[in-house]
Amino acid sequence: MGRYLTKRLLLVVPTILGVVTLVFFLRFLAPGDPARLMLGERATPEAVKVLRVDWGLDRPKLDQYLIYMGKVLRLDLGRSYKTGDPVAREILTRFPATVELSVVSIVIAAILGILAGVVAATRRNTIADFVAMVGSLLGVSMPVFWLGLVLIIVFAVRLNLFPTGGRLDERMLMEPITGFYVLDGFIRIFKEHDFSYFFSALKHIVLPSLALATLPLAVIARVTRSAMLEVLGQDYIRTARAKGLTERTVIWSHAFRNALLPVITIIGIEFGYNMAGAVLTETIFAWPGLGNWLYNAVLSRDYLAVQGGVAFVSVAFILINLLVDVIYAYVNPRIRY
Amino acid sequence: MPTSILESATSPPAANGSAPLPEISLLHEQWLQFRKSKSALFGLLLIVIFFLLALFAPALAPDDPLRQHLPASLTGPLQGGYLLGSDDLGRDILSRILFGSRISLMVGAISVSISLVAGGVVGLVAGYFGGTLDLVVMRGIDVMMAFPSILLAIVICATLGPSLQNAMIAIGVIGIPSIARVIRASVLAEKELDYVTAERSLGASHLRLIFSAILPNCVAPIIVQGTLAYAGAIISAASLSFLGLGAQPPAPEWGAMVSSGKEYISTAWWVITFPGLAILFAVLGFNLLGDGLRDVLDPRMKE
Repeated sequence: MGRYLTKRLLLVVPTILGVVTLVFFLRFLAPGDPARLMLGERATPEAVKVLRVDWGLDRPKLDQYLIYMGKVLRLDLGRSYKTGDPVAREILTRFPATVELSVVSIVIAAILGILAGVVAATRRNTIADFVAMVGSLLGVSMPVFWLGLVLIIVFAVRLNLFPTGGRLDERMLMEPITGFYVLDGFIRIFKEHDFSYFFSALKHIVLPSLALATLPLAVIARVTRSAMLEVLGQDYIRTARAKGLTERTVIWSHAFRNALLPVITIIGIEFGYNMAGAVLTETIFAWPGLGNWLYNAVLSRDYLAVQGGVAFVSVAFILINLLVDVIYAYVNPRIRY
Repeated sequence: MPTSILESATSPPAANGSAPLPEISLLHEQWLQFRKSKSALFGLLLIVIFFLLALFAPALAPDDPLRQHLPASLTGPLQGGYLLGSDDLGRDILSRILFGSRISLMVGAISVSISLVAGGVVGLVAGYFGGTLDLVVMRGIDVMMAFPSILLAIVICATLGPSLQNAMIAIGVIGIPSIARVIRASVLAEKELDYVTAERSLGASHLRLIFSAILPNCVAPIIVQGTLAYAGAIISAASLSFLGLGAQPPAPEWGAMVSSGKEYISTAWWVITFPGLAILFAVLGFNLLGDGLRDVLDPRMKE
């Protein structure tokens, strides 16, 4: 296990360096000069030149790259061209919102996806199986931005059950404790006997997390179904039934536990995608997370912010996948490298 | 008439006496199996319908997709001669969806072609030559896979400048890693087989080995992966256009149509609903077809 971990960790390092490198050189694909773009068409050549020197854009590309890498290794992502604030700090202030949304949606997806997959597998070729599988096919084929808008039309505009966007009611101002508003609101119940923050945070997260949960839910249901079908066909399941165990025990403690491995893997992978792919969902629901911020940085050509943000998200993605591999190796006794 | 050794060796032994079995070609056998899957057939049907709609869009569309008619803006479905309603500029949504199918199918075809060619070259070279080259190239592919694909597409597309053409390039690029991996894996499996060794020992060149021996036997996984990538490309293109990074107004692109309708969701649900359904069914078609093809073409899936 120790050797496997070391090997896996060592492989992560070049990948992360590669990611940062790729992001850095990507910006040279851009037509035009960032300083010129930032100052606008009417800026004087002198002003552009000053800014270029200021940002180090007058140096050779390789120098710029080495300087940037050196800074990144010290966790300095530079300052946003737009706001002048350190990029790292901007990222960290938005990160909890994205994590909260991803965690809630992956929990929803995992619970419902596993249930749907198990029901579909144990009642193979029945209506329940058909409904679960058609549903999951629609889930993987549905554009998330459209689903988000449909949810807003039905549940926010028509039924008026949930707000259309944001994390809290506008009149509320919450001093972050953990940065996860649902949790912060919960803490407030005990500290100030005030329920309103908790319910407001909860109400705001329902629609975006449902939208973000749809794709992973569909994938988890499909994977669970096929893993369960494989296990249910084996002899020890017949033995368990022959022993007279209840169907419930057979399904959950004999079959499901052995079908769990691929399910854990897919949940981890989908969680990584959720963290990163929340751009669309966050944009639609005005969710003040990393994806929303990154999208705005992309639009305003704030290169240092884009570089830092994309590198951060990718590193998070890589680390989650690493964690999934480690958990997989730990849970599966057949894998010992 | 003397027969050569080769011919007599390959002719079926059933020639003497017993009635020969009806000959079923591999393709025919695969079609018979494919036909059994209702979902795959449904997927094929959906795709055929979309291609026909795209082909005959000028004849089928009741109106010019770009013609504005401001007095009739945001007319509801089935009213004022608009079957699916009109958008904020009074343009006929049905006509825009019909013409939009041309854009989506084209974007899918072009970006999948980019992924197939680039990913194909990478996968073939890495798998065939192996060694250090393989190691280096596949590390590069790993780096690309370390990016969440939609994010990479957004960054590439925004950096190159928002346009449909750049969206296709971005989507093509993010499709490279999975294609390269699939092709590399099948090349690795194929190149050790006896028939390749035989051809190599006959003195075949690398190019000949790659293109006439190995590649034809990797076609099945390429087709499956390509079909599923087509579905992904349509969704990605619509997403980029929705974000304003792909097709630009007034192009009748489905994602851009949803985007333009998002201002009016409280009053005019139809502006976003119908283009979204078009995306859903087109993507569903390619997903169903891809799944069905995998069941038929992947020998491991045979029951």
